[in-house]
Amino acid sequence: MDVAVQIKDAFPKRWCHLKKVLERTGPFCHPDFEPSTDVTNHFIMTTCKILVIGAGGLGCELLKNLALMGFKDIHVIDMDTIDLSNLNRQFLFRRKDIGQSKAEVAAKFINQRIPGCNVTPHYNKIQDFDECFYRQFHIVVCGLDSIVARRWINGMLISLLTYDDDGDLEQSSIIPMVDGGTEGFKGNVRVILPGISACIECTLDLFPPQVTYPLCTIASTPRLPEHCIEYVKVIQWPKENPYEAAIDGDDPVHINWIYEKASERANQFNISGVNFRLVQGVVKNIIPAVASTNAAIAAACTTEVFKIATSCSVPLSNYMVFNDVDGLYTYTYEAEKKDDCLACGQTAKVLEIKSTEIKLQQLIDQLTESYQMKNPGVTTSINGKNRTLYLPTVSSIEEQTRENLKKNLGDLGLENGSEINVADVTSPNTLVFVLKVASESMQVE
Amino acid sequence: MASPAPKSPEQSDKSKKYDRQLSFFLDADNIGKSRAQVATQLLLELNPDVKGDFVDESPKQILETNPDFFIGHTLVIATAISERVLVPLSTRLWDAGIPLIVARSYGFIGSIRIQVEEHTVVESHPDDQHPDLRLDAPFPALKQFADSFDMSQLELKDHARIPYVVPLYQALQTWMQQHDGAFPKSSKDKNELRDLIKKGNKNPDSEEQNFTEAIRAVNFAIRKTVVPTDVQDILNDNKCINLTSKSKPFWITAKAVKDFVDNEGKGLLPLRGSLPDMTSDTNNYVKLQQIYHKQSSKDAEIVFRRAQQLLYSLSQPRDNISEAYVKNFCKHESSIAIQRGSCITSEYDQKTANASEIALSLEQPDSMMVYYVMLRAIDRFFDEYNAYPGEFDDQLEVDIIKMKSCISKLLSEWSCGPLSKDDYVHEICRYGGAELHSVSAFIGGCAAQEAIKIITKQYKPINNTLIYDAISSNTATFAF
Ligand SMILES: [Zn+2]
Repeated sequence: MDVAVQIKDAFPKRWCHLKKVLERTGPFCHPDFEPSTDVTNHFIMTTCKILVIGAGGLGCELLKNLALMGFKDIHVIDMDTIDLSNLNRQFLFRRKDIGQSKAEVAAKFINQRIPGCNVTPHYNKIQDFDECFYRQFHIVVCGLDSIVARRWINGMLISLLTYDDDGDLEQSSIIPMVDGGTEGFKGNVRVILPGISACIECTLDLFPPQVTYPLCTIASTPRLPEHCIEYVKVIQWPKENPYEAAIDGDDPVHINWIYEKASERANQFNISGVNFRLVQGVVKNIIPAVASTNAAIAAACTTEVFKIATSCSVPLSNYMVFNDVDGLYTYTYEAEKKDDCLACGQTAKVLEIKSTEIKLQQLIDQLTESYQMKNPGVTTSINGKNRTLYLPTVSSIEEQTRENLKKNLGDLGLENGSEINVADVTSPNTLVFVLKVASESMQVE
Repeated sequence: MASPAPKSPEQSDKSKKYDRQLSFFLDADNIGKSRAQVATQLLLELNPDVKGDFVDESPKQILETNPDFFIGHTLVIATAISERVLVPLSTRLWDAGIPLIVARSYGFIGSIRIQVEEHTVVESHPDDQHPDLRLDAPFPALKQFADSFDMSQLELKDHARIPYVVPLYQALQTWMQQHDGAFPKSSKDKNELRDLIKKGNKNPDSEEQNFTEAIRAVNFAIRKTVVPTDVQDILNDNKCINLTSKSKPFWITAKAVKDFVDNEGKGLLPLRGSLPDMTSDTNNYVKLQQIYHKQSSKDAEIVFRRAQQLLYSLSQPRDNISEAYVKNFCKHESSIAIQRGSCITSEYDQKTANASEIALSLEQPDSMMVYYVMLRAIDRFFDEYNAYPGEFDDQLEVDIIKMKSCISKLLSEWSCGPLSKDDYVHEICRYGGAELHSVSAFIGGCAAQEAIKIITKQYKPINNTLIYDAISSNTATFAF
């Protein structure tokens, strides 16, 4: 049967395409490239260990792509379970899998489909693991929809860097990170060499505030007024179809209906802040997750992982933006590393304040605004004794320290040149800042 | 292609296969089964609402024995198809008016070619679009609303919650009165206008949010409302002016809009009717929103009636154009778009090829046109030698020379000078026909999106050839 798939023969030949680019050299290879003599014995198939973070829209594509590019040892972390709404684009999941761990189902699917590939699932948060865990990987790939998680893993990889006695970065401590992101028809791919090229924190201003919400949040655990509005928009409207038409964001009658239903829902959950204007904003900012954008971005990420792992071509340096709203447009450029980057900068972090007369609350506001922190806690050391000034994450300590927010920095014992330690969900590490009063010089005793 | 796999027809050349990949969908359980069948089964599993079918024949066979097979398809996607089959297929589909997408993945290079004769887009969803506020040509309801506020008499808390359109409109009226009814044009004029707005600010401590917004809006809202040139071109297109009994809804509606512009619209398009978000109390915002919405509904109604008259005079059924279609058309009319493409057959014919575009691009040192030349040369090579350049290790050096000669022949057909890009020839021969999954997945994802654009007539498709270089992660678009 000449049209049949000769799998028996084809399986050993599965890698015949990789043979060409891995066993032959070419003019665009990385200078480190050495042609392999036997592709089935290549680093990517024997030793290379990849960590995929996220098993959602991008993650499913990444796992499939990596497996088909010859990677055999892949770990995946995802704390979510499969929801009905995932099925249309997270193609490793089936209806029968609803409610199960995304990481586990995805791993099982790939392991079954591609014999020889070993995907290890972790049904966890990234914060559940320590430096030892992350240090075992050669490359980390992120397919996340959360900026906070991206920043956290970025901080983790930077904290794994080690320096030799001369203060030079030890190359072996660098774990490259390939990061993909999508929003509607737009996406980006970036390659980060921690300590060498621009990191997530260096380019934080590139991330717009998030505007899409996961459906499971909307359906079962709404927190924000936006969640209530989204709920009416994506679930209640199609179900009740009150005007027998699609939602028209410019029709006040439509907006009003959504406003009323969203208010009802907000009341149920004791959420305040649903107003007409917000409804309008949420309804008009419809940015759906688009399967084809995920496919393109995950594919480009995989190509970069493959290039980094094999040196068979130079990797992207270091940022690609993608947009296929009008034709298809990409733009590639080198994002710059910031010397004073909060995560990867080598210089001491200086926080300039107006005076020590400002309140602790103002200092915290300054941290959230300047560094896009979410909920920072502040400690300091006065005369060799550690002192917690404010800690929002533990409710008993929050209560005890809440009063401090209204106090002057001076009254709390802080002065020009004092060091404060700041902890926030956006980083696995505590950051040390030196306070500098704008009008005074730093050289005080 | 990884995603989407071609639905039909599948490839099964009896001679040497041009196709050379293994798909994710095919696993060890399917030994001995037809690839088209297994791919179809597994695709359907992704979405139970999808219906699929497969044909276990090569496109070449189908073209020879059942050329009408393609008629009735909305769109055809071809992957891994040789020039010898592509050319007759493209002619067949061009003649039948069926869009064709050709996707390919070769080493670190990929390409997408879209063949569609005429593609019209109502919803192109441009990223940046100025709101259609009509402050230069206020309609009665807007005028009445904006004039109804005596801003100086309002209390501070109300004053700060009047939508910015009102103070902006009022300042504009004052400025125009001071200038014999002229409309602010120069940046000096606009600065004067901004100063006028600032004077209205009531809060002594800080600028009121709505006033800040009004000052910012001078940039985009103080301009003469015009019909954009791209839209003018469509309204003046032969297909719009000379409707026939076969005209499509797009052109009939465009003509109805044109007639509106020439009559009721007094030179302007129907009002878009969308009010951007702005600082305001709910009541006044909703009032203003209703004013814009009502006016735009009125305008769209006129266009709809005109469209119905046109349908009648063309002896077309009335339900060819619905009111919802016209409303949507009017809402997006300032960004409606049209693309006219070319047939691949003429691109591949040296007499009709767009040689000047090729020659011009090749003069640029970094142009990705070089990959287009390489892909075309690979086709030549395959047709001549029934193998890919560099496919066999012992032929690598010989193939490089043969490949160079294929390139020279192509270039001379296009009357282009010689190409000194030996690096690229070596890299292409290195691939030897290899298909890298991640490159295929990129091209597959992008091609799927283009297919959706063409079918839904939303967003503008690639016009008409995309080249992807995964070495540098760049893309370029060329029109052939
Ligand atoms: Zn950094």
